[in-house]
Amino acid sequence: MADRKPYVISGRTGDWEVVMGLEVHAQVASNSKLFSGAATAFGNDPNTNVSLVDAAMPGMLPVINKFCVEQAVKTGLGINAKICNWSRFDRKNYFYPDLPQGYQISQFKSPIVGEGAIDVDADEGYTFTVGIERLHLEQDAGKSIHDLDPNATYVDLNRSGVALMEIVSRPDIRSPAEAAAYVKKLRSILIALGTCDGDMEKGNLRADVNVSVCRPGGYDHYKETGSFEKLGTRCEIKNVNSFRFIQMAAEFEARRQVDILEDGGKIDQETRLYNADKDETRSMRSKEDAHDYRYFPDPDLLPLELTGEYVASIRAKLPELPDQKRARFVKDYGLKEYDACVIASDAEKAAYFEAVAKGRDARLAANWVTQDLFGYLNKEGLELSQSPISAEQLGGLICLIADNTISGKIAKDVFQKMIATGDAAAKIVEREGLKQVTDTGAIEKVIDEVIAANPKQVQEIKDQRAAGHEKPKTLGWFVGQIMKASSGKANPAAVNEILTKKLGL
Amino acid sequence: MTNLTQLTLSDAVDGLKAKTFSAKEITQAFLSEIDKSNQHLNAYVVVTADKALKMAEASDAKLAKGKGGRLEGAPLGVKDLFCTAGVRTTACSNILGEFTPTYESTVTQNLWDQGAVMLGKLNMDEFAMGSSNETSRFGPPASPWRREGSNAKLTAGGSSGGSATAVSADLCLAATASDTGGSIRQPAAFTGTVGIKPTYGRASRYGMVAFASSLDQAGPLAKTVKDAALMLEIMCSADAKDSTSLHLPVPEWTKSVGKSIKGMRIGVPKEYRVDGMPEEIEKLWQQGVDWLKAAGAKIVDVSLPHTKYALPAYYIVAPAEASSNLARYDGIRYGARQSGDGSLTSTYETTRAKGFGTEVQRRLLIGTYVLSAGYYDAYYLRAQKVRTKILEDFEKAFEQCDALLTPATPSAAFGYGEKGDDPVAMYLNDIFTVTANLAGLPAIAVPAGVDSQGLPLGLQVIGKALDEEACFKVAAAIEQAAAFKARPKRWW
Repeated sequence: MADRKPYVISGRTGDWEVVMGLEVHAQVASNSKLFSGAATAFGNDPNTNVSLVDAAMPGMLPVINKFCVEQAVKTGLGINAKICNWSRFDRKNYFYPDLPQGYQISQFKSPIVGEGAIDVDADEGYTFTVGIERLHLEQDAGKSIHDLDPNATYVDLNRSGVALMEIVSRPDIRSPAEAAAYVKKLRSILIALGTCDGDMEKGNLRADVNVSVCRPGGYDHYKETGSFEKLGTRCEIKNVNSFRFIQMAAEFEARRQVDILEDGGKIDQETRLYNADKDETRSMRSKEDAHDYRYFPDPDLLPLELTGEYVASIRAKLPELPDQKRARFVKDYGLKEYDACVIASDAEKAAYFEAVAKGRDARLAANWVTQDLFGYLNKEGLELSQSPISAEQLGGLICLIADNTISGKIAKDVFQKMIATGDAAAKIVEREGLKQVTDTGAIEKVIDEVIAANPKQVQEIKDQRAAGHEKPKTLGWFVGQIMKASSGKANPAAVNEILTKKLGL
Repeated sequence: MTNLTQLTLSDAVDGLKAKTFSAKEITQAFLSEIDKSNQHLNAYVVVTADKALKMAEASDAKLAKGKGGRLEGAPLGVKDLFCTAGVRTTACSNILGEFTPTYESTVTQNLWDQGAVMLGKLNMDEFAMGSSNETSRFGPPASPWRREGSNAKLTAGGSSGGSATAVSADLCLAATASDTGGSIRQPAAFTGTVGIKPTYGRASRYGMVAFASSLDQAGPLAKTVKDAALMLEIMCSADAKDSTSLHLPVPEWTKSVGKSIKGMRIGVPKEYRVDGMPEEIEKLWQQGVDWLKAAGAKIVDVSLPHTKYALPAYYIVAPAEASSNLARYDGIRYGARQSGDGSLTSTYETTRAKGFGTEVQRRLLIGTYVLSAGYYDAYYLRAQKVRTKILEDFEKAFEQCDALLTPATPSAAFGYGEKGDDPVAMYLNDIFTVTANLAGLPAIAVPAGVDSQGLPLGLQVIGKALDEEACFKVAAAIEQAAAFKARPKRWW
């Protein structure tokens, strides 16, 4: 396993390291909103999914959606976090047209989920742990639309009151790439749990990225003492909604901070926005402009009390999570860690793989799924759901390899033809006469012909062998010639066996 | 027909059931009385004559078949704090403009479900913030009561001043009201009517314009203890639309009225004997003690040591919650928008500066201040701790007694302008009532006598949580002993 190395920015005055913590906002997968019965469906006409409560009509009161609570608990369990049996909703007060109540109902002091941890696999091959500080439930705001009219802003309240989970990490992320990997892992867990659909394009999963830079050793100081004093001043980049943008925004921001510090400046703690077109962050508001949110417990709601039995009943229903799946793939299918990780990180991929592997050679299945199929899909920019080859069909191909009907090499051609025609492997093999020749008589005949036609090479092999080479080089050349002469249909194992015998090796 | 308006709610319901008179007749009697009187008394801010007559006709149809609910055909008034579908609801604030809800509050729906007839919406202090009803956008109502030999206009109390005026001037059989710090009980005491605030959570707050969520409770104003019990029984319900609603059955309180109080232990808290309390109030209180003793109750001296902190705590908690609850009145989605210079900030500022009256603005500023970063712990958190102490005081006192007897107000009704413009002098009106709100306890005000100038005075009975029955029993005993028969002399 590779080592975790700090992400270093080398400046004029020396090296800088990056420290990051993320606040991920994940929309709870639910049919209705956090405190009202209005639908959460995406794409409806503006202001159609709005109840009297969402529009904050006089005298309207919030009533907690039990399913959203269950989803939050499920998520907490999925990230190995402490479920708080007592939590409370607070009001975060500020004025904005897309916030009808004049306050957002959130959990400020007592969140529903406390500390947890997520193990993340970096692309470079190492694993790191991100501490989770808390997860809390809160309402989403509506949407202000500024570009429909030069003189007016329109407000769509469809999102107003939709349940969000805010998942706050510790500053345990040490590079922009790690940030993206962390969100990827978190997303895979949420999707496996069914608590968030993970659709980043629709904004259903988005991250506030906190970035600071420090001198080498600053982070270790934090780890030892828990003190942020040497981590540098952080800036928060709001609402970044793709893995790539998270990484790019963090890279830009870290560099920006280093440039300021190296010029003798200091970092202002502020909220920034990332502009993907220009690949830069710009200031949104400084700490001085920050609202005084006047948090206080929402008197319209009672504290949320969860019993141990309730939490246990949710734990009992938890689906298999990516890490468990990976372990099972290694154990039950004998997959390599890396292959298991790639497959298990995505519920859809995992289901596809299992359909291919079940009752078949799992290692072979893993190779074909990860290398051939995913390789093809990647190249073509296709999603697994758009794959021209079903799991059933790929399984059919693997059966043909396993029972020696075709060789691995022929299988590659058959795979291409399956993509082109959509036909089953067996049908293609039959139609094109690609069945492997295992008839030793037929193979012997071909071998005899090739030996007879190439006396010079026969002599070479004998010389190599005499010189003490266990596996004479020219032997491979012979195998190639024989396979060519049989149009690749000869069983390679049989060829090897007969050839060595005939050459007297 | 005028005398129909002077019936008690219970008698009117019986008369309707017995077909002595029709729902239409009694409704028309009230409408014509309102027509004559409201210009002088300003109790109603909306009169729903057509709706009332339609409801009365529907009631008559049911009554003719021997059917109908427990209030079938009984005309009631509704405090403008309750949202009423299709009827303008403004909480007597300019900021709500001509706001007309599409929905009905749970409390009023419960009344209509039992066949009650709606006469209209009653005046109140703006957003229920006030103790004299002077902060209403429609101007204050005039109490039907006057001091002997004086023409000075008196307050009917607040915030439910319109409800108290209407009930005491026979402009409805009974009315809905609400109580955040005494807004039912103080007007009841000022107008010789009965008003009860139930245990917090008994009455749903759904559809009731919020002032301070953790203190607001609906309750009735009525002519007798029995009427108040009947109204409260119907107004209360477990409501899934209000998360703070109690999921408990509503007891049959009407059956408590008239039950013996023999052997009940009545606590008299010494801290309610405040400096500068008029002798008449003191005498009335003692009179109450004597009546209850005579009825077989045992009198116990108790102490509620944190009482003096109740009013300051109340004037932190209530404005704090109000400052957040009233944030929704921003002129964006409904109500009276004032655009100012057209920018968003100017729209907010102008709408709220013009839409809210002075007292509401004062409380929003106080509330915003006490919740601000750096002040929260010193004010809001501390006030909440006081609240816990007050609750503990009551719990301790209730180990020794079954109910508490106190004066309802520190004085009889005062005249408009007599409190000057000193808000603190006005806030002191709530001194005996806020404790029950802070502790969530049921408390009833019942008329017990008149002062030397002929103005009504009330006593308050505070019960244990969920023990409205004790309030009704003790109040009924006082009502019987006091035989309060004083009526305002008609000057309007």
